[in-house]
Amino acid sequence: MTTAPSRVPAERLAALPPLPRDEEGPVFDEPWQAQAFALAVKLSERGHFAWTAWAKALAEELAAAEARGEPDDGSHYYHHWVSALERLVVERGLSDSAALEERKEAWADAYRHTPHGQPVELKRSE
Amino acid sequence: MDESGERPVDRRGFIKGSAVGAAAFAAPGKMMNERTEEAEVHDADAHEHTHGHGHGHDHDHDHQDVPSDIALRVRALESVLIEKEMVDPAALDEIVDNFENRIGPQNGARVVARAWVDPGFRDRLLADGTSAIGELDYLGGQGEHMKVVANTDSVHNLIVCTLCSCYPWPTLGLPPVWYKSSAYRARAVIEPREVLREFGLDLPEDVEVRVWDSTAEIRYLVLPQRPPGTADMTEEELAELVTRDSMVGVARVASPS
Repeated sequence: MTTAPSRVPAERLAALPPLPRDEEGPVFDEPWQAQAFALAVKLSERGHFAWTAWAKALAEELAAAEARGEPDDGSHYYHHWVSALERLVVERGLSDSAALEERKEAWADAYRHTPHGQPVELKRSE
Repeated sequence: MDESGERPVDRRGFIKGSAVGAAAFAAPGKMMNERTEEAEVHDADAHEHTHGHGHGHDHDHDHQDVPSDIALRVRALESVLIEKEMVDPAALDEIVDNFENRIGPQNGARVVARAWVDPGFRDRLLADGTSAIGELDYLGGQGEHMKVVANTDSVHNLIVCTLCSCYPWPTLGLPPVWYKSSAYRARAVIEPREVLREFGLDLPEDVEVRVWDSTAEIRYLVLPQRPPGTADMTEEELAELVTRDSMVGVARVASPS
């Protein structure tokens, strides 16, 4: 932990709605949260969307959740993160909702049908 | 002994799949028995393992845990975007890997340091890891059993999840990329000494290696040996010495430099 944990510039993190974090940076409860975090960071770095657009999309998801009366205790922060990411990915034409849904089902199916002890992999059907 | 304070069974219908799980587990279980000296211990554990992974099967085949809906959504995004080359998988891994220290090995390190300074805690920890770690409030919400295995002069413990990448997140944080690799998962049970050597830990032949295969239900934590030269250190100072790798069992805790 002597190195910067993410190499994500601090000002980028500061531009977001408050992240679950401690003095050293973002904290995650489960691996998917870190994966979702990494996706947003890298998609932005590759120029698929500006970081400001990302911060805005995330803030909108959080605001929408609050408007729905969902408690803002931070526990669902990364759920909203994923929703914002899906929305932005679709808006920017990087993928579409049907493809994402189909892929999700394909993964679920792959888990259901992969015997124990073997890596879960998608069959290439497309 | 592990029966207090946990509630994994109600998460899924584990029990009915246990026989199927046992059959499915026969192959790796056999490898362990052939390759390690601690067949009885592993047999007992392999049996537990079958409960962990043999859950919820209605058919005569076995399969893996389906992740949560949200984890699948992330996986879908990730795989679609990687496939379209909009994002580089190695770059993603790099970020995730950089965070592997971010959610937890500090908790595990505090558990280890406490055990080093408090013999009563150590005894409770080894007898019932779930309850003892619960004393420190590091159990997290997943409800799995924690079993803590102690390294000694004559026994070295190593943890793996041969079937997927079960890992004690609340105490150790995110699993490192190598822990999830199929190479580590397969080789840790087949040739643990060689794997340890590659991690830079060359164990004498008279040190017995015990490999513990994690499950959805039981997660292991290695209690490493307290290094020499630490008699004057406080519990907090000791916790700083304890690394993730030492609690997975691929390293020893080094003496302070």
